[in-house]
Amino acid sequence: MQQQPNKLRPFFENLEFERDDNRMVINFGPQHPSAHGQLRLILELDGEQVVKAHPDIGYLHRGIEKMAENMIYNEFLPTTDRMDYIASTSNNYAFALAVERLIGLEVPRRAQVIRTMLLELNRIISHLFFLATHALDVGAMSIFLYAFREREFAMDLMEDYCGARLTHSAVRIGGVPLDLPEGWLSDLTAFIDKLPEQIKLYEDLLTENRIWRMRLEDVGIVTPEQALDWGCTGIMLRGSGIEYDIRKEEPYELYDELDFDIPVSDRCDSYGRYRLYMEEMKQSVRILRQLIGMYPKTDSQLMAHAPQYISAPKEEIMTQNYALMQHFVLVTQGMRPPKGTVYAPTESPKGELGFWIRSEGEPYAYRLKARAPSFFHTGILQEILPGTYIADVVTIIGSTNIVFGEVDR
Amino acid sequence: MRKYTPKENVQAKAKYTDRFWVAPQVPRNPVEEDEYFAGVLAAVKEAVEVLDAYIEIGQLVIHIRPEQNIEALRTLKEECGYAMCSELSAVDYLAQDGEFEIFYQLLNLKEAKRVRVLTRIKEDQGIESIVPLYAMANFAEREMYDMFGIYVNNHPYLKRILMPDDWEGHPLRKTYPLEGDEFASWYEVDKIFGKEYRDIIGPENRDPARVDRYDTQRFSRIGHEVPFGADPKSVDTTETPIEYSSEILSDYNKGPHKVLDKRK
Repeated sequence: MQQQPNKLRPFFENLEFERDDNRMVINFGPQHPSAHGQLRLILELDGEQVVKAHPDIGYLHRGIEKMAENMIYNEFLPTTDRMDYIASTSNNYAFALAVERLIGLEVPRRAQVIRTMLLELNRIISHLFFLATHALDVGAMSIFLYAFREREFAMDLMEDYCGARLTHSAVRIGGVPLDLPEGWLSDLTAFIDKLPEQIKLYEDLLTENRIWRMRLEDVGIVTPEQALDWGCTGIMLRGSGIEYDIRKEEPYELYDELDFDIPVSDRCDSYGRYRLYMEEMKQSVRILRQLIGMYPKTDSQLMAHAPQYISAPKEEIMTQNYALMQHFVLVTQGMRPPKGTVYAPTESPKGELGFWIRSEGEPYAYRLKARAPSFFHTGILQEILPGTYIADVVTIIGSTNIVFGEVDR
Repeated sequence: MRKYTPKENVQAKAKYTDRFWVAPQVPRNPVEEDEYFAGVLAAVKEAVEVLDAYIEIGQLVIHIRPEQNIEALRTLKEECGYAMCSELSAVDYLAQDGEFEIFYQLLNLKEAKRVRVLTRIKEDQGIESIVPLYAMANFAEREMYDMFGIYVNNHPYLKRILMPDDWEGHPLRKTYPLEGDEFASWYEVDKIFGKEYRDIIGPENRDPARVDRYDTQRFSRIGHEVPFGADPKSVDTTETPIEYSSEILSDYNKGPHKVLDKRK
């Protein structure tokens, strides 16, 4: 089998490499270590200045929305792990919440406490990952090691709860499958007692660091108008001085009972966003502390009681014939939510993550659209990169905190 | 007789549906019940023709004509404060009505309220781009075009975004086969080697655990060494039986290790 060299001519999308002016076109990625996955940026440079940026995505496209149309709802839940794989539980939760709103389900209180705990723990995991990779991109190697060490302890907690480190699937439609294991809360307490010290260590190393500030201050400016226009959410929006956190404004789970602050920065640059990430971790610690106190006051029910949609508890399935029959139907055919449309936004560590589901009363979703924050944060790159210097491109990509499982779906 | 499979919708279908099953409907509440949404609807009604409006799971839903999408969204943005468009895409209803349903999911950050604008277009009909109002539509409309083949008029750069530029077909249509069509399954072979190599290379095997026992050139479990490209059966195997080295597979639990039960 011989390859034909003439058929291997690469496809350069009509880019001209020999031009009369002084400009150069370079390919940034898709295999660039700072591209956070499979981002290909086509940059047109004038000297060291970016004149035009064109993000090219789709290298990780797996057709998750198509898969959703061909799976029953429970079957699709583990697939959502593969979107934002840095914080899987936030994806599982966003999907579960959308289906629960569609069928109008009330989740038991203990499940709510556990879910909120997992969501906040995932936020810490994701923010530590952001800090580690962002610092590494900018050139601060030791922060990478420190942040990953701390993240490992958080991942151990996730592993103790659900057995998985990365793809958790720890949330189910209608509740959570498991209660917290023995001693988990004391482990969590030990972790969140230690975390603020670690955050202080990172801040001591970075916040007033001259190089760090020179690399981040006034780099990657996103004005409030741009942020709104390009659909930026989460820290990208709050870093531009607009205070909007879905946990506060459209509360879900227990967030309306919890006491926490929403940090906002009007610096509009990468440095402001970095400060917000650090501050949000501290707020997550605060939330987790309150949740630990809430947990003992709940009774032991973990899954909602809705025989039409959710299987009965295992004891009932094993002892009662009708529960077993319903379980069989729900596993083989799947639940049938009512006809209608739902859009349930949640505040994932990256921004507004929401599932838009159109149900036609079938066991399969007729259409599922995953609104991924990183998709729009990639889109804004073509607006904010022109005018910056090539050395800052990596900082700006790192500061948008995009993850490609979510961009390409 | 061969089983009839409908071509206009090749997606997974419910395996069994009770004859008397009637799917319930998510409650649709009249807009008058909510004072705030009633005001929004009145403002939209002044600007464009509203075909239907109701509140579904806490969000206002407005059906409009496709020609008036710009006016409707401009009213919502400038008069009602819906500064952000969270998401837009389409739903394929070609098999039922020959139409696509396009949705715009808007957010008012001051009031923390959400509105969904729905409109229907025919298969060969385009829709006006909303990029002048919401720049996020630049990527979102490209994705809609890529996934459904809906033409967006006056879009600054209407090109495929997730699929390769020379792809055929639009994957999220209900007619698109689940495992890809002929073009999809031969895409790499056709592009790299040419169509005439289809027979030599053979169809794609999607089993990730597949190992060809007698392939001496790629990774395979032959168990003994053979010359490059030689037939593994031609070599005498009695002298080199498969065995695992006990040095490599040692019992790690025996060693003098200390497991920390608490972090430092």
